[in-house]
Amino acid sequence: MSRQQPLVMGAVAYAPKVVTIWEGFKAFFADHGLDFDFVLYSNYERQVEAQFRGEIDIAWNSPLAWVRADRMARARGQQVSAVAMRDTDCDLQSVIVVKADSAIQTLADLAGRVLGVGAIDSPQATLIPLDHLRQAGLVGGRDLRVRRFDVLGGKHGDHIGGEREAAQALLAGEVDACCLIDGNHLAFGTDGTLPAGSTRVIARTGLYDHCNFTTSPHADPAVVERFVTLLLAMRWDDPQVRPLLELEGLKAWKPGRTSGYALLERAVDDEQFYDTDGHILPADYRY
Amino acid sequence: MMNSSMTPMDISSPPIIDIEDLGLDQGALLLVRQALADLPAGAGLRVRGCAPEWDLHLQAWCRAQGHALQWLEAGAEALVHRHEQAAGRWLGAHSTGHADRHAPQALAEQADPRWGLAARGAQVEAGSPAFAFALRQRSQLWAETAGTLYAQAVAAQWDPNTAIDWTAPLPTDPAIEQAVVQLMTYLIENENAALLVPARHLGQVHPHFREVVQLLALQCADEARHVEVFTRRLRLGGGEPGLSTAGGQASLKTLFDAPDFSTATFLLSVLGEGTFVNLLNFLHEHAPDPVTRQIARLAAVDEARHVAFGMAHLEYRLSVEPEYQTRLALAVEHRHEELAGTAGLNEEVFDALTVLAGGGTSVAAVRLGFKRVQALKLEMAAGRRARLQRLGFGRDHARRLADLHTRNFM
Repeated sequence: MSRQQPLVMGAVAYAPKVVTIWEGFKAFFADHGLDFDFVLYSNYERQVEAQFRGEIDIAWNSPLAWVRADRMARARGQQVSAVAMRDTDCDLQSVIVVKADSAIQTLADLAGRVLGVGAIDSPQATLIPLDHLRQAGLVGGRDLRVRRFDVLGGKHGDHIGGEREAAQALLAGEVDACCLIDGNHLAFGTDGTLPAGSTRVIARTGLYDHCNFTTSPHADPAVVERFVTLLLAMRWDDPQVRPLLELEGLKAWKPGRTSGYALLERAVDDEQFYDTDGHILPADYRY
Repeated sequence: MMNSSMTPMDISSPPIIDIEDLGLDQGALLLVRQALADLPAGAGLRVRGCAPEWDLHLQAWCRAQGHALQWLEAGAEALVHRHEQAAGRWLGAHSTGHADRHAPQALAEQADPRWGLAARGAQVEAGSPAFAFALRQRSQLWAETAGTLYAQAVAAQWDPNTAIDWTAPLPTDPAIEQAVVQLMTYLIENENAALLVPARHLGQVHPHFREVVQLLALQCADEARHVEVFTRRLRLGGGEPGLSTAGGQASLKTLFDAPDFSTATFLLSVLGEGTFVNLLNFLHEHAPDPVTRQIARLAAVDEARHVAFGMAHLEYRLSVEPEYQTRLALAVEHRHEELAGTAGLNEEVFDALTVLAGGGTSVAAVRLGFKRVQALKLEMAAGRRARLQRLGFGRDHARRLADLHTRNFM
């Protein structure tokens, strides 16, 4: 009997728990008859490139990695698909906050000031907020100073550290404003990083989507379909599965959608992060 | 119960909660969580609020929790639908008996490893990790009086600093003080065994059997205190500890090698500590100085409680597993054979007891001391026999086993 090739997934090791998560998924898929394995990369850039070298069949991609994979595929006349995502990946929002007693009231007041952002490659704490400012007529580096809190480049902002450092710098008066994802604004409020009432939100970005499972161009559609079917059948009230879902931060998997990446697509172009073929543009991007 | 600020729920109109100007990052999440917890899966809750950014936070929180969110009035009133599987965490949760040991089905015959460290009676989420508690069968460890004995033990704890008058005069005869030092040396190593043997089992007991865990913990604390007071008495005259023999330690080591908790408890508490109660009472009566007499009296009271637990446990085990009696008898015989080649009670200890009991080293004093120690040994054997008979051993069998007990006493 010939053995089916395993479905090999790529994931980025942004924290030690990543090993626990995917080992758990591997066991889950094995229990359900899907031969599944995973390869860890230290950054999303190398992971996306691996998708086009045939090293992995599918990748657990950040939104920025999705944008790059999609561009690289189009440039090659190939296709990648976003086949699944977490319920928590849909309709996120970032905010720009100042200290509660700051004189800054509107985005226009940020002119000439210092804005703390996350890592250079963070969609939620850097690219989308900078795009939001640009739409309001303020260009980072031209109309205001941008100070990056660059924790773990190549992880596309998965590491919360950059946002936390920017928030601490705001309270310390080192920056005049900072950018956070909505959930972190709440989390920093409840954990005391940003005591409740110490900050004021001066702008909210539009809604955007986060991670997805991105197929590689060569992936076997039948195996991918089996993978997605098993994912979507995972239930929060199954005690075997729940710990994995909790670690990965979701209640349910949903079919992938690509309607929530428009803001990031525009930001990637305007902030010149990738070109239309998916080449990396910033000279100071380290990963 | 529905939150007091909620209106009654009916099908046509979801209940409403007003968190007013309390931010979700200021505690309002608690109110929303509690209001949702009262609703069936999928049901809606209207939430009103006016704190800065409360709507942004509600949106982020609902997304993370899987609750669907819809704005009825932008930034002012939301309709939150409770996640369909929000209660899923408690599906298949384990029931773990009752906190009150007297309640029906309070105690399991076998505690589930997945109940882990939970309070007895708690609901434990399915998927909780299994703990490797080796002692999780009720028959292996339980005693009907464990709770009562624990309460007595708590009430009977004493402070060595205040319970004993450490300034009382010591013996003036150096030979007598030397005998006290040797005896304390012996007591300390025996109490080390009485502390560490139950301690080794304590960590293996499933916390479902809370009363036993608590009682053993106090038993260890008792022994720690005994080690302290015997050491302090030894040092009171400025001396260093005396001699520790290979035979004495070999005898105590067999307690560490006992195959299970019940057998260890039988050998240590029923036979050993039971014998020690006689020894301590003897010291209370005959010791030459007030300090030694006081610490012997206090330690004897503690040891009697340990014997009571050992007896109660064995009585329980034998009531559900009468054939276990054979293993107890074999344990005594096995221990006797193992120690046959050792010296038993060391001469130095025996001599020290004789000197203390007689009050000196004159011929007359030794004659008296020797006679008293012989009487003590008979009293010890009689006590062991009585306890063995209470555990259901026949008279002759009890006599034989009582006589096979280690000559080291413990």
